Amino acid sequence: MGTKRVVFAGLAMLAASAVAFAGPAPAGGTVSGKVTYEGTPAKMKPIDMSKEPSCAKMYTTPQLAETVVTGSGNSLENVVVYISAGAPDDPAPSTAAVFTQKGCRYIPHVLAFQVNQELKIQNEDQTSHNIHPLPKLNREWNKSQPPGTPAISEKYDKAEIFPVKCNVHPWMHGTFAVLKNSHYAVTGDGGAFTLANLPPGKYTITAWHESYGDQSQEVTISGSETKTVSFVFKAKPY
Amino acid sequence: MPNIKKLCLNVAVALLLPSALLAQQADQQPKPSKHLESHIGNLTGHSEAGAQLYYRYCWGCHGARGNGDGENAPYVTPNPRNFTQATFKCRSTPTGTLPLDSDLFNTLYRGFNFTNMPSWKTLTAQNRADLVAFIKTFSARWVSEKPGEPIQIPPEPALTVESIKHGGELFQKLECWKCHGQEGRGDGPSAATLTDSNDQPIRPYNFTTDNRSKCGKTNADLYKIFMTGLDGTPMPSFADVVKPGDAWDLVHYLRTLQVNNKSPELTLWESTPEGKAIVEAKKVENTNTGSGVKP
Repeated sequence: MGTKRVVFAGLAMLAASAVAFAGPAPAGGTVSGKVTYEGTPAKMKPIDMSKEPSCAKMYTTPQLAETVVTGSGNSLENVVVYISAGAPDDPAPSTAAVFTQKGCRYIPHVLAFQVNQELKIQNEDQTSHNIHPLPKLNREWNKSQPPGTPAISEKYDKAEIFPVKCNVHPWMHGTFAVLKNSHYAVTGDGGAFTLANLPPGKYTITAWHESYGDQSQEVTISGSETKTVSFVFKAKPY
Repeated sequence: MPNIKKLCLNVAVALLLPSALLAQQADQQPKPSKHLESHIGNLTGHSEAGAQLYYRYCWGCHGARGNGDGENAPYVTPNPRNFTQATFKCRSTPTGTLPLDSDLFNTLYRGFNFTNMPSWKTLTAQNRADLVAFIKTFSARWVSEKPGEPIQIPPEPALTVESIKHGGELFQKLECWKCHGQEGRGDGPSAATLTDSNDQPIRPYNFTTDNRSKCGKTNADLYKIFMTGLDGTPMPSFADVVKPGDAWDLVHYLRTLQVNNKSPELTLWESTPEGKAIVEAKKVENTNTGSGVKP
């Protein structure tokens, strides 16, 4: 019964996220808010791709590093917002999380997915990449993926946030966030996030950023209310 | 009197047992085991015996807790292996999996070229088996996981000029040269920025030195290096993208890059006019001679 309910909740969550804002308000409470920064963030350096001409020619202007990406209204992008305590573990969804190497960049730069969810890694470039995630709790592997080869399928069985890099192209640096439940978001331009479908209870919401670290807040949800939570990170000037 | 002693002991055991069980249940992560064995052929290694040897020969670099922070560690490059991560370079098993006991055993016998890790062939085989068993006590992975299934290596096909040439094409296609350089000197465009998994600078293998590669000197060892990858380093696994037959062709070609190491592959390659010109050009150290000469 309990498991069934969790599975159902997971499916409902999936359906809700698929219809996004168009559908009816989902059952349960919601935590939403915005991630911003204060202070002056470091200026991102342009990437020198001259050693990889097949990628360099794809851009007319130099690409910037994505260690800190800011958007309109002091918003901070690429922040993983998730429930670190209070929510039960969810079963992995049947859809795969997709990580693409294109133009010698990682798309997305930060990829969040669930424990035991399929992770699909694909190479759309005309050059070989090696995918080298660097977990501490999970198994560390390192695989080559030449152009035109099939997607790599992997999964991780422990919750952990860790870097992934390509040794051949040292500017390629991303993050895998392996999470225990389905209530999470990665911020984009505007820094907004919504964690929906939360049964009444007390939750710890954590926001993680690759350069500015993490911070947490406690939230108590009753009924189908929407609570607003804001995270403000202190920008480092270097 | 003896009865009271016995009673006390029983009470003590009764009190200790449940608390030990509870502690085990409370902690979800398995703890490293104190007693482990290794099995290599007919040999069985015991971690208790290995501990005696470890704290005599190994801990100066690898540290009392096996995490690579022994008192000599600051002076050792590359850094001593951290056994608590259970990540090992030379394996018969796929990337991301634990090695076989025999992989670690062979590593102890061989030592690592270009590092401070010497060969321990002066110890007995039983000593080395005991050390392998003890090294495994540093990581709980050896309790919670089994070693990977060793990769299948088909019999080596006959050596031909065609297989060397095809191997050369693969060297280009798989972009081995990005790190190892067009001539295998370890000076490719990505070589300078390589770091290992602990963010320490690391150099790709230079085929033109007469040193053998890190994980052994046979053709099968070479095959295993690129099919399993060297975990913890930038060297990835090519098992998913190279077919077994192609892999042997690549082995044959890699041997011809070892221009200072007489091998059947090099001899055959030098017997062709094309190969002779390429090898002669490569032997000139510290020049670009030979660059652009495509195999």
